[in-house]
Amino acid sequence: MEEVKLLGAWPSPFCYRVIWALKLKGVKYEYVEENLTTKSERLLQHNPVHKKIPVLVHGGKPIPESTIILEYIEEVWPQNPLLSDEPYERAMARFWIKFGEDKTSVFIAYFQSIGEEQEKAKNEAQEALKTIEHGLGDKKFFGGEKIGLADLALGWIAGWLGAMEESAGLKLLEPNMFPHLQAWIRNFKEVPEIKENTPHHDELLAYFKSLRERSIASARS
Amino acid sequence: MADEVVLLDFWPSPFGMRLRIALAEKGIEYEYKDEDLRNKSPLLLQMNPVHKKIPVLIHNGKPVCESLVALQYIDEVWNDKAPLLPSDSYLRAQARFWADFVDKKIYDIGRKLWTTKGEEYDAAKKDFLDCIGLLEGELGDKSFFGGETLGFVDVALIPFYSWFLVYEKSGNLSVEAEHPKFIAWVKRCMEKESVSKSLPEQEKVYDFAMLIRKKHGIE
Repeated sequence: MEEVKLLGAWPSPFCYRVIWALKLKGVKYEYVEENLTTKSERLLQHNPVHKKIPVLVHGGKPIPESTIILEYIEEVWPQNPLLSDEPYERAMARFWIKFGEDKTSVFIAYFQSIGEEQEKAKNEAQEALKTIEHGLGDKKFFGGEKIGLADLALGWIAGWLGAMEESAGLKLLEPNMFPHLQAWIRNFKEVPEIKENTPHHDELLAYFKSLRERSIASARS
Repeated sequence: MADEVVLLDFWPSPFGMRLRIALAEKGIEYEYKDEDLRNKSPLLLQMNPVHKKIPVLIHNGKPVCESLVALQYIDEVWNDKAPLLPSDSYLRAQARFWADFVDKKIYDIGRKLWTTKGEEYDAAKKDFLDCIGLLEGELGDKSFFGGETLGFVDVALIPFYSWFLVYEKSGNLSVEAEHPKFIAWVKRCMEKESVSKSLPEQEKVYDFAMLIRKKHGIE
């Protein structure tokens, strides 16, 4: 068995989606916490193009970019499949994964801004959530009855968004606005491998509060 | 039952060109529909309600949106001929990485080359050439990114060549002067009918870009 290492940084949801995939497939791995302020030689060597985490290192070979890592994990460890066999279903999962990735900047903008700018970003973020709500429909997971790659890629909505909302002081998931998404959040959080591998709300809250203070301070200076 | 394949596209779109090349490589017959993006058809709005963008591949009535998603779909469904992704998982991850790199960089930086001036242009020019350099490094001594034949990265990247006259003429840039190996790769791709028939003439794309520039008051 070739050695599997994950270079990550707490509490990156991009990292956690890889952890969830590895756990769901029962793959043993070594986790290495990277310092993103002072990047290690190891990280720069394994991801010279983007210099980011996560990076999966399998048998010494690096695979960067979380969504690409997810596809790699799915192919190399086919047990407990996280993608359908059917090409159209796979295309749908990949579409939603890309949608989530493309909207990351909208949620970052909502989190980092204040006042009018934040209101504007809030509207855009809610539009994105509405689209996801519509795409999900009344399915239990994006993949249907079973959790899949699209769920993992959007999993930050289940674990991280609440803490982001609290520290940003502006709610996105307003009551009764997103019934399907709320149900999906509950289902997602109940999956044992997810439940056992998600940062605690209080820890995330402290992290996001500090991050938001720093973002606003640097925006003002 | 015969497959029914429709491609909703817009002739100068490099993303649309990717699908034209893939369909040609695999010998798939399809109906090409050019969209007027100022007046989008009901079919486009119905098939891509989320983004309302082209290209959209419609296979037996079911839409696949996002060009790299559609490329993988085409590769998986018509897997008997001209494979785009290699069979080795690590090489597949590498191919996906570089196609994603093209998506993240080439279109946006390329756009700045003909819509900005001064310092912003200079920064974009440097970025663009750096990206080409990185891609050239990844290509190495291979004929194509896919090895001996066109692969996923080749198909994702070559369409941008149709925009090179736009990128170069706008600011005295010569990709060939800085990266001759890259242009050698371009020429190898253009020798393939699937590529040459899928890319519009550079002059035609240039005229289109200049019209857009004028319309938006960017001089």
